[in-house]
Amino acid sequence: MTWDQMQELMWPATWETLQMVGVSTVCTVVLGLPLGVLLVLTAKGGALQNQPVNKVLGAVVNLARSLPFIILMIALFSFTRWLVGSSLGWQAATVPLTVGAIPFFARLVETNVREVDRGLVEAVQAMGGNTWTLVRKTLVPEALPGIVASVTTTVIALIGYSAMAGTVGGGGLGDLAYRYGYLRFETAFMWVIVAEIAIIVTVIQLAGDYAVRRLANRGRGGGRTRLLRPRADTDLVAS
Amino acid sequence: MITTTDLTKVYRSRGREVTALAGVDLHVRPGEVYGVVGTSGAGKSTLIRCVNMLERPSSGTVTVDGVDLTALAGGENRAGKDLREARRRIGMVFQHFNLLSSRTVQQNVELPLEIIGLDRTQRRRKAAELLDLVGLTDKARSYPGQLSGGQKQRVGIARALAGDPKVLLSDEATSALDPETTRSILKLLRDLNEQLGLTVLLITHEMDVIKSVCDSAALMRGGRVVESGALTDLLARPGSELARELFPLSEFGTGHPGATVLEITFQGDAPAQPFVSQLARTYQIEINILGAAVETIAGRMVGRMRVELPGSRHDNVVPIGFLREQGLQVDVIETANGAVA
Ligand SMILES: Nc1ncnc2c1ncn2[C@@H]1O[C@H](COP(=O)(O)OP(=O)(O)OP(=O)(O)O)[C@@H](O)[C@H]1O
Ligand SMILES: [Mg+2]
Repeated sequence: MTWDQMQELMWPATWETLQMVGVSTVCTVVLGLPLGVLLVLTAKGGALQNQPVNKVLGAVVNLARSLPFIILMIALFSFTRWLVGSSLGWQAATVPLTVGAIPFFARLVETNVREVDRGLVEAVQAMGGNTWTLVRKTLVPEALPGIVASVTTTVIALIGYSAMAGTVGGGGLGDLAYRYGYLRFETAFMWVIVAEIAIIVTVIQLAGDYAVRRLANRGRGGGRTRLLRPRADTDLVAS
Repeated sequence: MITTTDLTKVYRSRGREVTALAGVDLHVRPGEVYGVVGTSGAGKSTLIRCVNMLERPSSGTVTVDGVDLTALAGGENRAGKDLREARRRIGMVFQHFNLLSSRTVQQNVELPLEIIGLDRTQRRRKAAELLDLVGLTDKARSYPGQLSGGQKQRVGIARALAGDPKVLLSDEATSALDPETTRSILKLLRDLNEQLGLTVLLITHEMDVIKSVCDSAALMRGGRVVESGALTDLLARPGSELARELFPLSEFGTGHPGATVLEITFQGDAPAQPFVSQLARTYQIEINILGAAVETIAGRMVGRMRVELPGSRHDNVVPIGFLREQGLQVDVIETANGAVA
């Protein structure tokens, strides 16, 4: 197999993987973040303390996490078809990927949010803030470095699962490696793909680490390490 | 301004009960700085947290500025609307500052203003005013992580003042600070008290804090207030434990066996008389001065002196009476050989 031939196969597959992982990540964060926050809020001593709800959420999350991904994928077949209109292709693969990643991500977020200093929660309560204020202005912003690290971990886990999803009709790099490397004994090609996945994973990890460092360094290092630059309050102190 | 009546708080955890407050009656007058002292575990934090319902009292009532907070719905973890409104009028500062590390100093001060619902321009103006008040204008865009402890507490104070509270609660606000920073924070609190007419309820374990900023104080032990009142009254109260703590003479000698030891307290506006020599002259007795000190407490000069008179207490009834007639406060204290006053 020539390099040109490899490339011709690789780029579309890479694009498929990125789309699959990208869309699943967005969906996972959108749904998993509230779930993780809810797990903290409904726990004992939380602002929405509710033992039954907390127990049920916890049980559902644990159950979903203990299902092997391949089983989850098969179990979700008809749901996927109903939602996406097909059970093949990268679009279809995003459904089980998202469903599988939500509980994983939610647990990570739960840990991140629980680590926010209890004193900050009290400070907001003492100011007369409600639960929504607490979540939006304190818990999530303060837990943000941890949450970003959790997103990184989740994206990388999704890349791993996307390879598996690929082999059962999802397409992408995993599928390519399986079809050519394993079924057609194109070992060299397989290693090229593995190397490419490794590069993608590394880049994501580095980018994630960088973002976390930026966020966590607010107020420690120099004044310039600021990812979320406060908006337009420059003129106030410029004088 | 703050009144608690028969306040109790019982913590229950795994069948065990801890009584943190066992019937506390506290009365803080408008515009005063009121200090609460006591040993660790006495219930001081529980008390102050009950004042803004961060902790729901088990029984009793808390009234702040005429509003009975205990009657408002909601509790420790989730407050009802009325309670949240009421809390906006009660500022609180914390031992560990509790500033949001994700926000700049200015944004931290703006947080309560966001909760109140001011728009951006108003928030900015108010935050600038508050930072000016605490002397941190140049740090508006820094993050809490870039500030010293004293600066952080100033931000904490500015934030607590954002809702124009009438009452400021402070739980060991200076305990994490060095003595000099402590002094500057206490001075700030005192200034705010005077400039804004702010009523301050503060918890501390340092008598020096009480001495330098408080008008009144309460001593807590085992969930109860064992002594309370205006400092000037406390100092004039015979056998007052707080007064003795505020003004310790313990490092002085305790006298000889068989002698009578007196502690004489005199306050600034009482004429400074040479009462010792008068006493010696009038009764022809040998007076031994064990120690004396003068300090400023609650803005007044207060002096205390420990003297030893020969003979038992019975022998000295007349001289003691003489001193009391001079308007001095005289406590007869236990002597070295165990004779009780
Ligand atoms: N959440 C809680 N659960 C159970 N017991 C508690 C709780 N909070 C406080 N206590 C108990 O209540 C008592 C009073 O505690 P509190 O924190 O009010 O003391 P304190 O006077 O503030 O002490 P310190 O000077 O050490 O801060 C202590 O015996 C403490 O163990
Ligand atoms: Mg305490």
